Amino acid sequence: MDYNINNIPAEKFQFASRNDLYHDSKFETKPVSYFQGAFKRFSKNKGAVVGGIVIAVLVLFAIFAPFFTPFQPAYYDMSYAYVTPKLDLFANSDIGFWDGCRMKTTSKIGYLKDRALAEETGREVIKNGEYTISDDGSNYTYRYDTYYGVGFGKYKIISPEEFSDIQRYQNETGRQVLYPVVKFSDRPTLEKNKYDANIYYKVENLSAATLRPKLDNKGNIIPNYWKYEAGEENSLIAEYNSLRIEGENGIEKDGTRYYYAYGRRVDGGIEVRAEYYEYYIYQHNEVKKDGIKEPLFLFGTTQTGKDIFACLAYGARFSFIFATIVAVANFIVGVIWGSISGYFGGKIDLFMERFSEILGSVPTMIVITLLKYHMGTSSQALVLFIAFFATGWIGMAGRTRMQFYRFKNQEYVLAARTLGASDSRIMFKHIFPNGLGTIVTSVALVIPSMIYSETSLSYLGIINLEAGNTTSVGTLIAAGQQSIMANAAYVAFFPCMFLVLLMLSFNLFGNGLRDAFNPSLRGTED
Amino acid sequence: MYMFKYVSKRLGLMLFTFLIIFTMCFVLIKLLPIPTNALPGQDPEIVMKTLEGRGWITNIQEGENGVWTYDRVPIFIQFGTYIKRIVTQGDFGIVTTYGEYLNMNIWKVFVSHLPPTILINIYSTLIGVPIGLGLGILAALKKNKWQDQVINIFIILLISVPSIVLAILIQYLFCFKLGWFPLTMSTSNEYFTWDVFRSMIPAVFAMCLGSIAGYARYTRAELSEVLTGEFMLLARTKGLTKRQAIYHHAMRNSMVVIFPSILSEFISVLSGSLIIEKIFGINGVGGLYLNSITFQDYDFFMLLSGFYTLVSLAAGIVIDISYGFIDPRIRMGAK
Repeated sequence: MDYNINNIPAEKFQFASRNDLYHDSKFETKPVSYFQGAFKRFSKNKGAVVGGIVIAVLVLFAIFAPFFTPFQPAYYDMSYAYVTPKLDLFANSDIGFWDGCRMKTTSKIGYLKDRALAEETGREVIKNGEYTISDDGSNYTYRYDTYYGVGFGKYKIISPEEFSDIQRYQNETGRQVLYPVVKFSDRPTLEKNKYDANIYYKVENLSAATLRPKLDNKGNIIPNYWKYEAGEENSLIAEYNSLRIEGENGIEKDGTRYYYAYGRRVDGGIEVRAEYYEYYIYQHNEVKKDGIKEPLFLFGTTQTGKDIFACLAYGARFSFIFATIVAVANFIVGVIWGSISGYFGGKIDLFMERFSEILGSVPTMIVITLLKYHMGTSSQALVLFIAFFATGWIGMAGRTRMQFYRFKNQEYVLAARTLGASDSRIMFKHIFPNGLGTIVTSVALVIPSMIYSETSLSYLGIINLEAGNTTSVGTLIAAGQQSIMANAAYVAFFPCMFLVLLMLSFNLFGNGLRDAFNPSLRGTED
Repeated sequence: MYMFKYVSKRLGLMLFTFLIIFTMCFVLIKLLPIPTNALPGQDPEIVMKTLEGRGWITNIQEGENGVWTYDRVPIFIQFGTYIKRIVTQGDFGIVTTYGEYLNMNIWKVFVSHLPPTILINIYSTLIGVPIGLGLGILAALKKNKWQDQVINIFIILLISVPSIVLAILIQYLFCFKLGWFPLTMSTSNEYFTWDVFRSMIPAVFAMCLGSIAGYARYTRAELSEVLTGEFMLLARTKGLTKRQAIYHHAMRNSMVVIFPSILSEFISVLSGSLIIEKIFGINGVGGLYLNSITFQDYDFFMLLSGFYTLVSLAAGIVIDISYGFIDPRIRMGAK
């Protein structure tokens, strides 16, 4: 039986059966690349998708919110310190929430004072005028409008020009800014009460420390305005005659017309009672023209009267921009450093590792302090950047190095080298793209920790960004913590909420990314 | 023998790193202008003489209008003097600009602020470690059941909610709204009285929540990995009950990884948390550090930054070395 295997004639070959003819069928499905697969896996993870959406919302807030608020982080108005959050929509409805009010429990005198203010200005200082009295009748509880409750504040001294400008403004718009003043000799005698412009009524004892409004027999407050007879040419009065508001005709009593005095000439100008709410609108619309239409603080104000919404928006914007820049810088340097160290190994690796190990053991706090000492207080953002960059890239380098160690001895790298690929080609064309997923994930996870570090440094007061026209969420949180004692928890609430949402969503998002890029690592760390 | 060599090598390396950082800090601090302004009520001559006595400046002269001139001593000579004083006399300098402790020995001020920081951290570790381990073990044993889900949500929340927010929440809820505890920690020196302990509780609580979450997460991950190991199957096959197998095999193996991190946490209790200390007004090292920054008291800053660096280095090295002692499979430094 000797077969010439090399020369079997072709006709000897025949199919055993027609059915034995098989072709590999072409794949019907489309090929799925690594990143497509990762995206598919990511979309299946609900937590991660929600996290991603929340992050997107927060980023959009940080980008666009500063454009929509006329307030700036540098803005402050001590008269409107600790006013509560107010949303126009809710303020005009009876929802009893987010309307610039807070619950106030006070004595009868406090209630009467607020009511007197409400009666004079016609504003709802007491929301809807509703109140409850405690069983023993000593405590009144009601929703108190923190905006209108500011009332008149102190007597204000303005220039004659401003006085006539306000008159013009009042005539044009029909809004009343100035209210009749009380004659100086009719005012309370104690220094702290003498300039209190909210007291326009008669009080029982002018020299008492706590003023008790005098009530008529119907229980109403008796106004104590300074009035004079119309047309009277008294030398004292003539001077104030011009301070009458045009078109305001006073009152008629027993057939005589009396005018109210709207100002009192003092050294340096005219002393007036200006309702702060209207005065604020006048100031910002007519004088400063800074785009602020009315006092309306969406998230309320801090103890120094800063607008929390604006501070949060600018702080968030700074945080995001800052974290992104640092992350990009860390990424670039870390990847270059890590790939050199990981690819070449040996002595180079040892030296580079030692270097980054020593640098990495310096606590960030110390780096920042030293930089702050050397660079002064003017360029805090730069101090932060250098400090975070100086120690931040090390982690990235370590991760890249790990990836290089993982891939550098694999067959396809050997193949590439055999074919004569240069080192840099192997590093950045063959190895790096394979490790990219892991590295990108770590960038995503580094951003929230950076924002958190920045926040805590500002909270501790080591870094103060208020010098430039920005602020930090941490500064706000510090203000919020001090406000806890003043029962103004909302000051801390909004920045804390921002931070919590950010951290939570970044954690979910980052975990989702990690699982998507490394399916084999799924669930090992959480 | 390998072990000894390895440990001494690591310690030597740590010391070397520490010296480099410390020297760098010193040089950078000494490059700054020397704060020679006398505080109100201080005699400028005494200030200058003190600085000369410390060896920072020399050749002081009072010029016109009370302006003092002086020459700076070269930095490396200053460093020599500084190290010599520390080694021979244990003298880290005196407070020069930090008003509250003016002219006091820095080391003594530092030591007097250590107890609150350490106590708070020890309490929080004592509470946090057992609870964290317990939760982690429970979650791993009941993996993918509802207990695990609940613990997991708890862990994710605690890890994601930053400690600033947690601490403020605790302060607001328990100290302000409910009034169970004082808002800030008592400044009394009698640390072991009920009043002081009570004022510490919110801070301890705020502090241990984070470590509970950390330990629970870590333990769960480790233990659930060990539980799937083949030796566990063997242990059950040879007739051990599930409980025995878990106690004697799974737990011990997972502790190999967990125990070093507990050790390192015990080391880092020294440094504490600046944030918690600030929120709860703890009169500890953190506050001292923050104030030394504000007052630009450089000698103080040197001592504290050396301290913080040493603590963080030591915590790192303890993890590495304890692996070798705990896990017989690891023989570090062996060829």
